[in-house]
Amino acid sequence: MSIQIRDISKSFGNFQALKNITIDIQTGELVALLGPSGSGKTSLLRIIAGLEAADQGAILFGEEDMTYISTKERKVGFVFQHYALFRHMTVFDNIAYGLKVRPRKNRPTKQEIEEKVYELLNLVKLEAFAKRYPSQLSGGQRQRVALARALAVEPKVLLLDEPFGALDAKVRKDLRRWLRKLHHDYQITSIFVTHDQEEALDVADRIVVMNEGKIEQIGTPEEVYEHPNSPFVYHFLGDVNLFKGRLHQGKLKDGSFEVDAPEFAGTINKEAVGYVRPHDITIERVSSPDAIMAMVSYIHLVGAVVQLELIRADTGSFLEAEVTKDYFRSLHLKTGEEVYVKPKQLKVFIPEDYSI
Amino acid sequence: MSGHVSLQYSSPPVQKSIKDAEPRWVRYLLITIAVGFLGLFLVLPLAAIFIKAFDKGSAVFFAAISSPDALSAIKLTAIVALITVPLNAVFGVAAAWAVTKFHFKGKSLLITIIDLPFAISPVIAGLVFVLLFSTHGLFGQWLLDHNIKIIFAVPGIVIATLLITLPFVARELIPLMQTQGTSDEEASMTLGASGWKTFFLVTLPNIKWGLLYGIILCSARAIGEFGAVSVVSGHIRGMTNTMPLHIEILYNEYQFSAAFAVASLMSMFAIITLIVKNVIEWKAKKSMIPEEGVS
Amino acid sequence: MARFQTLKLKKTGILPGFGLSLGFTMFYISILVILPLSTIFINSATAPLSKIWQTISEPRVVASYQLSIGASFLAAGINVVFGVLIAWVLVRYKFPGGKIIDGLVDLPFALPTAIAGIALTTLYTENGWIGQFLSFKVAFTPLGITMALTFIGLPFVVRTVQPVLQNVDKEIEEASASLGANPMQTFVKVIFPELLPAALTGFALAFARALGEYGSVVFIAGNMPMRTEITPLMIMTKLEQYDYAGATAIAAVMLIFSFIMLLVINLLQWWTNRKFI
Repeated sequence: MSIQIRDISKSFGNFQALKNITIDIQTGELVALLGPSGSGKTSLLRIIAGLEAADQGAILFGEEDMTYISTKERKVGFVFQHYALFRHMTVFDNIAYGLKVRPRKNRPTKQEIEEKVYELLNLVKLEAFAKRYPSQLSGGQRQRVALARALAVEPKVLLLDEPFGALDAKVRKDLRRWLRKLHHDYQITSIFVTHDQEEALDVADRIVVMNEGKIEQIGTPEEVYEHPNSPFVYHFLGDVNLFKGRLHQGKLKDGSFEVDAPEFAGTINKEAVGYVRPHDITIERVSSPDAIMAMVSYIHLVGAVVQLELIRADTGSFLEAEVTKDYFRSLHLKTGEEVYVKPKQLKVFIPEDYSI
Repeated sequence: MSGHVSLQYSSPPVQKSIKDAEPRWVRYLLITIAVGFLGLFLVLPLAAIFIKAFDKGSAVFFAAISSPDALSAIKLTAIVALITVPLNAVFGVAAAWAVTKFHFKGKSLLITIIDLPFAISPVIAGLVFVLLFSTHGLFGQWLLDHNIKIIFAVPGIVIATLLITLPFVARELIPLMQTQGTSDEEASMTLGASGWKTFFLVTLPNIKWGLLYGIILCSARAIGEFGAVSVVSGHIRGMTNTMPLHIEILYNEYQFSAAFAVASLMSMFAIITLIVKNVIEWKAKKSMIPEEGVS
Repeated sequence: MARFQTLKLKKTGILPGFGLSLGFTMFYISILVILPLSTIFINSATAPLSKIWQTISEPRVVASYQLSIGASFLAAGINVVFGVLIAWVLVRYKFPGGKIIDGLVDLPFALPTAIAGIALTTLYTENGWIGQFLSFKVAFTPLGITMALTFIGLPFVVRTVQPVLQNVDKEIEEASASLGANPMQTFVKVIFPELLPAALTGFALAFARALGEYGSVVFIAGNMPMRTEITPLMIMTKLEQYDYAGATAIAAVMLIFSFIMLLVINLLQWWTNRKFI
């Protein structure tokens, strides 16, 4: 079931939550709506579900216009951030709920419901918990029940609102992996909302980066990470080093540092910022023509990589670099030593183009 | 049991998304039934009081509320309230302080005992004092010897009212102070303030709305108490009749307009009580830290 | 000395005033509550058992038990049904006058019972504003008593259910809708179970209050022996006849019943607070 979001706008009083949002989602895709608080991602999800009404625009599931259809009729599976399990019902009854409330003619028999519920319990590995109450389960277990409950009604669309937000880091990682597998097996069109870029990059087929009610960029994880189209996306998707300087006729000059920016060949003397990921900074002990001298101020071993904090000799500003452990060992670096740094890949943005 | 209305009710309606709510006609039906029920049980009796009060014209009305018996009834009611309410307010604060700032065994039992006057019939509340203080009662002989009259006199009315209204302030303050905890007071102590200073400068401001509310409820009940006072008072006109008892006498003598005239005075007080309650709730809500919205 | 003080500190914390506040509290309730109430049982204990039994099993007294319990139960029942409905309407719907009506719900708490009594009687007598339109008698019948007790108990269910209803998580209603349930199904299967403990607590409170109610009932009851006499009235009657022992015996029965109700209410409130948290 493909989903088309056409020109959706929504305001809450004076606050505009969404401005002219248009997205096309293919059948079977797993899409992440990624953005900070207030970006409108949850509002958009709820509008797709029918829990809120847009001020303008349309939502289509396949060919059908869903804009005026109630939640009950839309047959979406919705998973809430805080699970929203029915706390006076057992796990079994929670999952069976969607099947039990069907009008008589569509309702499966008791036998069929039981089979379906146990099939799902099996899927989420909670068979032993069928008769337990939500209060007796851990956060991760509750979320799995919520997911099973949403899937029980065999929705064509699965919507998840920050599904792992309330869970511990380890549990989150496990559930992420599990969601990917589930999506791989079932191929339901799924949209999930998150503010955690790591999660989006890890799980999604495509990411919609949102900010202040607008779409900043839509693309595959690789696209938005490697080729961000704005400073916001760059910042939001990972750590970044900033080279603040002046751009003149295709060259960015910052302190003693100069780099080519051919796409701005025609630009005359503008303030600009160069964006570089920490792992795109090379570090060497020997100098080279366009390298900058810097002092190692802090060394931080994190798992399989080494994060280095450096202070530029020419401007005194900070840089963050990330190198593999092997490379680090080969350099025999110590704090206080001087090295030469060079950005491998740099993206230039002119701030005034992006200011509101 | 009766009278415990916490300061959290009467909030504005919950926001509901338009799409999935019940159909319009269901809403209108429910609202109509609710308003109809409340109209029948609340509005109509209230209206009847005021309309019947002026049934025979305002001359009769004013005569009724200014008759000597009425005036002495008003005076007695006021005296009773002025004695019992402050006493029970002090008690309420002391009991709430003991129960909420300390840990000790038997706390729940104590709270249950404080609740007892709510649980018993007012007639029984009057009866117990008759058993204690009437001439045949436990202390009867001793009182006779010392020429002290309690039953069938004003002191009896005061004591019976004291029992009936005992829980009101305490029941307001205990949950309130329980929620507030002890951290403010402990902070004050660590900064060097004495116990009394802490109480007046820290605790009292924190509980002011709850205290005021409890006092209002206590007063309303104190002036309106009927059953218990009926038992102990002896119904002596001009001497041991409170306003409710006076109204009873007028009514039983078929002086309906006069009865309702005096009743309307008390009803005014009741309405003022309701208004003050709502004002206090609004004020209390304003002074609470607003909850963070979810984006 | 220091050891003793540390011990005391552990028991009660660093705040002062424990002795004073608890001492005063105990003193106050001893002379006002414990002593007076115990006279009921002491007096009953000293009276001959046969006399006690004779009083509390008189046909007239037994009839009063039936009336009091029956009418109170019915009134509390009416209040549960309409109380939940009213709480629903007040919490979830906005309509003109809604706030005023919400404030008015507390009227039975604030209005003196005797005044409620005479007002209700006036309405329901045969010539009364309402009574004149009815083909059956309301005042001076058990029905009239029930009406008065309904008035008295009205705020209990509404005020106990309102906060619970307010706190119902919007998300579980949305979850229910997303799973295909219509509003009625959502109410019955998801919302009402959350309200049930509060509704029952309100019922118990209204019931207990109605049992002991005097002022608002005696006017509308008519007080006809064997027919419209409530138990508190029986106590009054015995007192007027100076039959202190008889009054005490009946009072003892009522008190025992009240204590049981108090226990039930506490259990219900405990259940409300802990169920499936």
